[in-house]
Amino acid sequence: MLSRRNPQLNRHGELIHLLSIEGLPKTVLTQMLDTAGTFLSVNDRDVKKVPLLRGKSVFNLFFENSTRTRTTFEIAAKRLSADVINLDIARSSTAKGESLLDTIANLSAMHADMFIVRHGESGAPYLIAEHCAPHVHVINAGDGRHAHPTQALLDMYTIRHFKGDFTQLTVAIVGDIVHSRVARSDIHALTTLGVPEIRAVGPKTLVPADLREMGVRVCHDMAEGIKGADVIIMLRLQNERMSGAMLPSAGEFFKHFGLTPDKLALAQPDAIVMHPGPINRGVEIDSAVADGTHSVILPQVTFGIAVRMAVMSTIAGNEA
Amino acid sequence: MKLLIKGGRLIDPASGLDRIGDLAIAGDRVIALGAVSPDFTPERTIDAAGLVVAPGLVDLAARLREPGHEHEGMLESELAAAAAGGVTSLVCPPDTDPPLDEPGLVEMLKFRARKLSRCRLFPLGALTRGLAGETLTEMAELTEAGCVGFSQADTPIVNTLTLQRALQYAATYGYSVWLRPQDPWLGGGVAASGAVATRLGLSGVPVAAETIALGTIFELVRSTGARVHLARLSSAAGVELLRRAKAEGLPVTADVSINSLHLTDIDVGFFNAAMRLTPPLRQQRDRDALQAALAEGTIDALVSDHMPVSSDEKTLPFGEATPGATGLELLLGLALAWGEQRQLTLAQTLARITSDPVRVLGPSIGSLGSSAGRLIEGGVADVCLFDPAARWAVRADALVSQGKHTPFAFEISGFELAGRVQTTLVAGRVAFERSRR
Amino acid sequence: MSSPTTLNLDAQALYGALRQGVRSLLAAAPGTALVGIWSGGAWLAARLHADLALPGEPGVISSALHRDDFSERGLAAGGGTTKLPFAIDGQRILLIDDVLYTGRTIRAAINELYDFGRPASVALAVLVDRGGRELPIEPAFAAARITLAPAQRLSLARADDGRFSFACEEEGS
Repeated sequence: MLSRRNPQLNRHGELIHLLSIEGLPKTVLTQMLDTAGTFLSVNDRDVKKVPLLRGKSVFNLFFENSTRTRTTFEIAAKRLSADVINLDIARSSTAKGESLLDTIANLSAMHADMFIVRHGESGAPYLIAEHCAPHVHVINAGDGRHAHPTQALLDMYTIRHFKGDFTQLTVAIVGDIVHSRVARSDIHALTTLGVPEIRAVGPKTLVPADLREMGVRVCHDMAEGIKGADVIIMLRLQNERMSGAMLPSAGEFFKHFGLTPDKLALAQPDAIVMHPGPINRGVEIDSAVADGTHSVILPQVTFGIAVRMAVMSTIAGNEA
Repeated sequence: MKLLIKGGRLIDPASGLDRIGDLAIAGDRVIALGAVSPDFTPERTIDAAGLVVAPGLVDLAARLREPGHEHEGMLESELAAAAAGGVTSLVCPPDTDPPLDEPGLVEMLKFRARKLSRCRLFPLGALTRGLAGETLTEMAELTEAGCVGFSQADTPIVNTLTLQRALQYAATYGYSVWLRPQDPWLGGGVAASGAVATRLGLSGVPVAAETIALGTIFELVRSTGARVHLARLSSAAGVELLRRAKAEGLPVTADVSINSLHLTDIDVGFFNAAMRLTPPLRQQRDRDALQAALAEGTIDALVSDHMPVSSDEKTLPFGEATPGATGLELLLGLALAWGEQRQLTLAQTLARITSDPVRVLGPSIGSLGSSAGRLIEGGVADVCLFDPAARWAVRADALVSQGKHTPFAFEISGFELAGRVQTTLVAGRVAFERSRR
Repeated sequence: MSSPTTLNLDAQALYGALRQGVRSLLAAAPGTALVGIWSGGAWLAARLHADLALPGEPGVISSALHRDDFSERGLAAGGGTTKLPFAIDGQRILLIDDVLYTGRTIRAAINELYDFGRPASVALAVLVDRGGRELPIEPAFAAARITLAPAQRLSLARADDGRFSFACEEEGS
């Protein structure tokens, strides 16, 4: 059976949509990280605006609520001088029964240039990218359990900033991996950038054996998973996604898989601790660690704006 | 009408007949097969040189979505699609709207189908009222109205006690119960568990959903003696359990869909909703096991699992799309493709879509069972003439069905099917004829 | 008018003339800061800064974020990053670039400069002015004035040992 060309790339191999980290060549990732560095300096200026997306309309289509991510994209778009329109889909036409594609068609008729899409179903941004007008770019802000590519890029930027060379690192991802789009995108990015050892740590109900096929080592013991790690990525325990019977309690999870100072002591002495946020203190991470010297959780947020500016401006400049 | 089909390759899989010859039809019966007396004066002669003359295909699973979609003219278009696919008898599941749990609904459906004279329709009745899995339907009444068996379609009975009782009741009369081996709790995902579903972040259906259900069903067959037909096997592990059950002598038969026979989870690609199917597409090993099992006869029949879905139902994110694909017009070509891959003879290949499905139906189709799915003198004149070498691309405009969505669409698969139906006869009358160029 | 195919520009010699010209401009406006336009202008500014023994460090400015051809060409990878190690408000600035052509790069660089503050004044010194202006921009000093065909691209190259030379390419070659 034939499979289609990667819908994210145009004929010249340039990025026109960002839907997933999968299938993106290493050069696309590293160039994006380099470009993000330029935008980081913009955020330090008095005038935090550049005119790259002036006159362009960026529509935030959030089918799933998320004030944090939506705000970061909004800030990034505005710093690029774009016009930003936020669509509260849950309370709008889709709730009245309008189909997803009708919503897209209507928005395209309003001359949208870019859709930032967050949706509860894996694959939804692909459908949107397939059916929107040719000049419209789609950026996936998170689809179901499948991917969260901008988060992965900012995670990679953070790692590169603090650790430099990817090819010597041991990275541990801990927590609710089976439901995590962040974990999937991080794993693809880490493998593409050449990280030799990636560990997926958690109880069997949250860390499926199939993950091995993505190139990770599955650990069901926290001590074994954290030992010697250079980077620890803690994932939020997502209560709303668990359909029950996966964990008995947050307390038991914290006892065995929460990141506390003594667990952290098993990692490299200069290990960094990351988290996509928002953090659940006392559930997956101890306050002492979240606020401690190893934590780079706040820099992640700053890098997030620069990375999203890089993604939007790179994509906006490439023709379908 | 007296019809002469001249010079075709006559194949009757059940008897092993495979020779060039003539076929004479009078009224609704085959009166001569092979050599036809020169006294026979046909009103019409069909030149079948280069064509295969086979029994009309028997498809054990095709949804016509009527009752429920009358306003779309579904029955008309889908029975026309059946004829275009060379299918002369088809079994439809009871999950219509409303479900086929009342004799009146079944009679109406049969009556409407008979008037269209395109294809014989054998409905399955609902096993429980409303398919709700609680109270039994009047199986004897439904059988009198024309049902050939009883089924829950895709809504498995949750309560094992109820399932046991339903099987016991059906066994009283010797009725056949058709069951999808799918555990109600484990079967809720949208894609087969495995590396692809994990990578794509799609909720998975583990193989255990099928094997646990098969285990339950076989246990109940042992204790009730009911005859069960297993609808849509999908896994290698399931095939193995079936093999052992048959070796033990349990009265079970099984089918597999054209989709599971040819495709794997990798074909989902970039969340292509045409691949949103139930059962979900599994891995390479499963496909190989299904192909082998169909070849050796462990799986008795190949079905189209036809489900005409509209574009509105398919252009949705993968998990929200309605499962199903069009299939009636692809059954022949995909059967031939499978047969060629397994290096079977044409007769062996065609058996799985003609005589073997009839064997599964057994006494439920009455006297028709002696000649449906067969070409024999004195038997019903249900015939499919096809060109085994003709290639065609599966495109929307080439399909008669209102369902245009299929994983085998040319723009997805990129290959053409070999095997095109030229003429279909039901009870001696032309139900479909392709214009010759 | 120099012939398009045989270009006889001695970059090192022209640099010498540029240094003279910049020395005069700085003498007339003391306290001016040098800012080189990435990449050729930045090399020149660094060399000038050292040769003229100026205090502090020269700035580097990238025009990437303010280019007016973003819609056609997109964001080019590796367009340099602006680094200005001094306050811009009230500062006299001398922009340095290798080749001045349409003037659009200068316009973008000035826009970028304004993101950092309000300079007291902005002047321009270039190695080569090849004419063909599309905006009202003039250098206070140019070491050479030449004419080239529109299809020809002229840029400065710097060898490992720091020696400057010119590269001239036909577009589409």
